[in-house]
Amino acid sequence: MALLEIKDLHATVGDREILKGINLSVNAGEVHAIMGPNGSGKSTLAQVLAGRELYVVTAGSVTYDGQDLLEMSPEVRAREGIFLAFQYPVEIPGVSNMYFLKAALNTIRKHRGIDELDAMDFLNVVRDKMQIMKMDQTLLNRPVNTGFSGGEKKRNEIFQMAVLEPRLAVLDETDSGLDIDALRVVAAGVNAMRSAERAMIVVTHYQRLLNEIVPDFVHVLADGRIVKSGGKELAVELEAEGYADLYEEPEAVGRV
Amino acid sequence: MSDSTNTIETFANQEYKWGFVTDIEADAIPRGLSEDVVRLISAKKNEPEWLLEWRLKAYRHWLTLKEPEWANIHYPKIDYQNIIYYSSPKPKGDGPKSLDDVDPELLKTYAKLGIPLQEQAILAGVAVDAVFDSVSVATTFKAKLHEVGIIFGSFSEAVKEHPDLVRQYLGSVVPTSDNFFAALNSAVFSDGSFCYIPKGVKCPMELSTYFRINAKDTGQFERTLIVADEGATVSYLEGCTAPMRDTNQLHAAVVELVALDNAQIKYSTVQNWYPGDKDGKGGIYNFVTKRGACRGVNSKISWTQVETGSAITWKYPSCLLIGDNSVGEFYSVALTNNWQQADTGTKMIHIGKNTTSTIVSKGISAGHGQNTYRGGVKILKSATGARNYSQCDSLLLGDKCGAHTFPYLEVRNTSAQVEHEASTSKIGEDQIFYCRQRGISSEDAVSMIVHGFCKEVFRELPMEFAVEAQKLLGVSLEGSVG
Repeated sequence: MALLEIKDLHATVGDREILKGINLSVNAGEVHAIMGPNGSGKSTLAQVLAGRELYVVTAGSVTYDGQDLLEMSPEVRAREGIFLAFQYPVEIPGVSNMYFLKAALNTIRKHRGIDELDAMDFLNVVRDKMQIMKMDQTLLNRPVNTGFSGGEKKRNEIFQMAVLEPRLAVLDETDSGLDIDALRVVAAGVNAMRSAERAMIVVTHYQRLLNEIVPDFVHVLADGRIVKSGGKELAVELEAEGYADLYEEPEAVGRV
Repeated sequence: MSDSTNTIETFANQEYKWGFVTDIEADAIPRGLSEDVVRLISAKKNEPEWLLEWRLKAYRHWLTLKEPEWANIHYPKIDYQNIIYYSSPKPKGDGPKSLDDVDPELLKTYAKLGIPLQEQAILAGVAVDAVFDSVSVATTFKAKLHEVGIIFGSFSEAVKEHPDLVRQYLGSVVPTSDNFFAALNSAVFSDGSFCYIPKGVKCPMELSTYFRINAKDTGQFERTLIVADEGATVSYLEGCTAPMRDTNQLHAAVVELVALDNAQIKYSTVQNWYPGDKDGKGGIYNFVTKRGACRGVNSKISWTQVETGSAITWKYPSCLLIGDNSVGEFYSVALTNNWQQADTGTKMIHIGKNTTSTIVSKGISAGHGQNTYRGGVKILKSATGARNYSQCDSLLLGDKCGAHTFPYLEVRNTSAQVEHEASTSKIGEDQIFYCRQRGISSEDAVSMIVHGFCKEVFRELPMEFAVEAQKLLGVSLEGSVG
């Protein structure tokens, strides 16, 4: 059974339909890239999977590890192992990164029936992961994302992912705003997390991220539907040809 | 409405847990205010002639004053003739000689409030003066404090036992003519706490007064006077609660602090008067004048307040920085929820050379609450080298509440340095969603953000109070998350 099974998913924001029938199956151990032009619904899909209430699911189903994902609150989804690396990580002034992450990790551990970590144990867990992300330890004591540069915010997202060890990670435009060096660090962090038990959905506009995080499958999203799916070579193809023709070939839907 | 928004709203809808009424026989005087009432109160307390004259002078001046209207608060006109100005639990016999003689109903009340009046009990490191309606009913650890020369107890007692000290300092910081509510208080004040720390003594424990309003339609008018003599140090805490009632009740207190050379006073408040119900019915009108005078060189007065209660709060704990190098501090968290209104802040008056002041104000508004910061920093010509730093932050929960800031600055000495920072933020749905996506519930997210917002102020509270204040905010926001 697939870890994530999306069937004919429709979602609206306000009275506008953004997702118009998404079908996608993701197995543990796989990395799927979702590409597509601006406004195609990539970020909406990521947010719907995380449970953002702004988007209303009007039809279809999402099954995660055999359970109805759409029935779960966002925090339960997170505790069940779904992680969203935000395109725009939110600043939370006054709450230290360390306090925040420890609270998150311990809620998740509690949900899984594992002992909560005390400050010392937590620090040990965190130190290793920080090294992988080449993060400055002082970031731990700063308020969550507050005053972080764009690159620091994105790094912090992947660092959180490394600490929380999700089963399904959804990376929303993790490459946006990163220079090539920062992109490599972030990608190395993501690659270090690839494993047979973990699935990833990498949402991106550009192929350059996929040179670093090489996907098993690539799907092209246009106007709320997956219009093309293929292997990693599809990303290269798209980079050369652009997304322009996708809209003119509606018959391509579903074809690989 | 999304879950997150509901969460914020429910977070603001806490229940008031201190709203019970103690069934105890009271000795109350008839409603209304007149010279006769002032005389009656003074007579009930067997006061010396000078104090009666002092009260009458205040009363006559009060008659010429108008209730202030400049504050950013709105309430129906208070009928001063419809208030009971004195009510005390009826003493059994001649009144308590020791803690063992205190009416068990009263002891039970304080125990229920978490303020045990048994000295061996939980708050063993804190001496408590318990004020119930118009009178002080008990003071703990008096004997122990007496050993080091500290005078701590009810105001009435101090008038009898230390008349010279009281007479020397009473009204010396907040004169009877200071303002409408201070004049009213001076005329009818019934009790309160008095504290004198002699030269060079560091008070070995926290001193505190716990104010409880119980009787209906009664106003509470107490005075606190703390004098720290040269080189003395004291940390003082006050807490307040009242029963839930449909009608508004007036609380108009005066607090005066005097710090002589090298003395330090730290004054902390957790104010949790009944705030009214969720529709804005009932609640305490809290009109309080608090001021400290740093009279001596290198003296320091630090105010810390956590204001979560009252329907209306009108309160500006201030410092007169007279002695050279003296220091004034004001740390405040004010929470307004439902229909509560707060207009609070401070005044720092720099008079001596190299005086410094720090102001950190955190306003939290939820529900329909309106929260106003009003602060004045005045640097007189004499205050060469004076410095002030002010920081004033507002946090909004939901979209029906309001935050307002009125900072006033007056600088008459060119060598002065004055800094002011202000911010307003709102707990956004996106912040809450971000937390939830990391597994943290909405309720925990809001409380985490609120605590983060307040922590600079909580840090200033004595340990026992910091924990209580955190809990109080938590309770105050309980159930506000959907």
